[in-house]
Amino acid sequence: MASVIHYAPYTGWVYPNETVIEWSVAIVVYPYITGLVAGAFTVSSLYQVFGFERLKPVAHLALLTSLCFMFFVPLPLLLHLGHPERAFNNLLTPHWTSAMAAFGYFATFYIVLLLVETWFAFRPYIVAQAQKANGLGRRFYRMLTLGSYDVSEEALRVDRKWIFWLAIAGIPGAHGLHGYVGFVFGSLKSREWWSSDLMPLVFLFSAIISGVALLIVLYVLSCKLRRTPIDLACVKGLAYTVWAFIIVAFVLEGLEFANIVYKGREGIGMIMAYVTGPLLIPYFVLQFGVGAILPLLWLSYLIWRGTTGRALIAGVTLSACLVLLSVFMMRWNVVIGGQEISKTGKGLLEYPMQILGKEGLISALALVAAPLLVLLGITRLLPPWEHKTAQ
Amino acid sequence: MKREAIGGLLARRRFLRKLGVAGAALAVGATKKEPAAARQSFPTADYDWTKHRWAFGVDATKCIGCLRCVEGCKAENDVPLTAHHFRTWVERYVYLEGENRPRIDSHADPVNIAASGSQREYRFANRYKDAKIEKAFFVPKLCNQCEHPPCVQVCPVGATYKAKDGVVLIDHDYCIGCRYCVQACPYGARFFNEEKGVTEKCTWCYQRITRGLQPACVEVCPVGARVFGDLNDKQSPISLFIRNNRVHVLKPETGNAPNVFYVGLDKEVS
Repeated sequence: MASVIHYAPYTGWVYPNETVIEWSVAIVVYPYITGLVAGAFTVSSLYQVFGFERLKPVAHLALLTSLCFMFFVPLPLLLHLGHPERAFNNLLTPHWTSAMAAFGYFATFYIVLLLVETWFAFRPYIVAQAQKANGLGRRFYRMLTLGSYDVSEEALRVDRKWIFWLAIAGIPGAHGLHGYVGFVFGSLKSREWWSSDLMPLVFLFSAIISGVALLIVLYVLSCKLRRTPIDLACVKGLAYTVWAFIIVAFVLEGLEFANIVYKGREGIGMIMAYVTGPLLIPYFVLQFGVGAILPLLWLSYLIWRGTTGRALIAGVTLSACLVLLSVFMMRWNVVIGGQEISKTGKGLLEYPMQILGKEGLISALALVAAPLLVLLGITRLLPPWEHKTAQ
Repeated sequence: MKREAIGGLLARRRFLRKLGVAGAALAVGATKKEPAAARQSFPTADYDWTKHRWAFGVDATKCIGCLRCVEGCKAENDVPLTAHHFRTWVERYVYLEGENRPRIDSHADPVNIAASGSQREYRFANRYKDAKIEKAFFVPKLCNQCEHPPCVQVCPVGATYKAKDGVVLIDHDYCIGCRYCVQACPYGARFFNEEKGVTEKCTWCYQRITRGLQPACVEVCPVGARVFGDLNDKQSPISLFIRNNRVHVLKPETGNAPNVFYVGLDKEVS
């Protein structure tokens, strides 16, 4: 027993059962990954639905990124469950008053949608490979065609229509999936730090900026690795997108905090002691300062000065890295931060993060890295930049 | 009290007579495919949960902090013997002279655990013996079996549910161990049993009350600080307790409507 309990040291007065922090870093990673899925899908939709031509070079990459991260969304939850073998109870007997009950359906719907949209998006390439490749590759791509070899103009027109409508259905799907994650926290009245009507929106907009930022990093990195020129218009388009959404996310997060402080309900003293003490660096410095204000100012400068070339790429990429850090810190500060403030409003706990174990730091890092490795593999089979070189 | 004790004996006799039936019912239960909430009654076949409306009273002015209730609960309910898992606990509030906020601790506090020398036995260390105490009191805590339980609301699979007699139960064969309920409870009444992979909490000793017995903590309390009974019976200890006192509940602003009623709370108790 003693080996599996990692009790949290505390100061002040906390309820005895609170001394085990139940939602670990795995539950930090879960909304982070889900957010990347929603954000990457947003980029894909900006091109597919809203016709942002500038984002064409990353549209297919965005779709694959979304898909790869979506594969791993259930994993942190499964690692966390006391009885993962009962996870399907969630689908068999969903208890509809729970914000978590719809997760299984949401996730299943969304993963199917992503798979179908990816199939349509890559169908011309799959058909071409099925006819061109040899040996095992030929068999693999033939299987992926699902027996459909028609790549006539008429067939492609139907494909585009499907992609368009799937992308339209995917927007509420992706954003619903993530907004609901915010609701999981925001709907609880037991913790002042979580209980906020703005929480779903805060999660949603931070998800969008994290997804766009990831796409910036992945696009620049993939071009460097492939030794192909970086499309500056595309980078600029992504920079504009992330810049605009950072403002919204930042305002929402600021408003949420202002609400807690201004209302000053019971326990506010402890919250203030927390944010100016243990949370000073994770919250004010990393999430707001380094992760939001700095990239916002930097991007504003780049846009204002009309910077181009290497300086633009370097500036935008580094800003994107900071945004990715900021969003991770936001997840951390919500999930862990919420539990470090005691429900008594009279004490603070300290989350003892484990290094090893299924909910430890290494697992968490692996959970973030694994989708990237799968993405690396999938881009070999379904190159997302193929359509560009074909033009 | 007397009426309940007689009722308890009858219930026990009935229970023993029908042990075979109950055993068969349990065997069926072990292979069930639906949550326990869907069943008619639980855990004994001859207990009708539509006939009772249980409630609990705590007279904080009587509690002496002896912690028999905590130890009795741990023994009765097989609660892990650690300082981090409790179905019931006792809080101590001490106002020292010259201080306007109380110093609060429970028996789970490291200083008190050190005083007892073990996580299996509990006591309050005499840590204020040299201080001038203005006011001090104990407050026993347990699951409030709320009328609108947020833990039940958030359970994604319906493993935790409100029985028709008012007790919030957990189906340990159905719980997936997500711990959303632990987060949702504003009273810190729930904990996660790492060995079993499921959430646990006080059930007012459901295995006892459905046989006409009192919860273990009520049974062992030497000063009568804990009161239990059926609200359907107007002469039950709890009905009298509520009728004869001005009672409070914890965190009423949450809208959870607790069914544990307190006498002798202080503004600092939450």
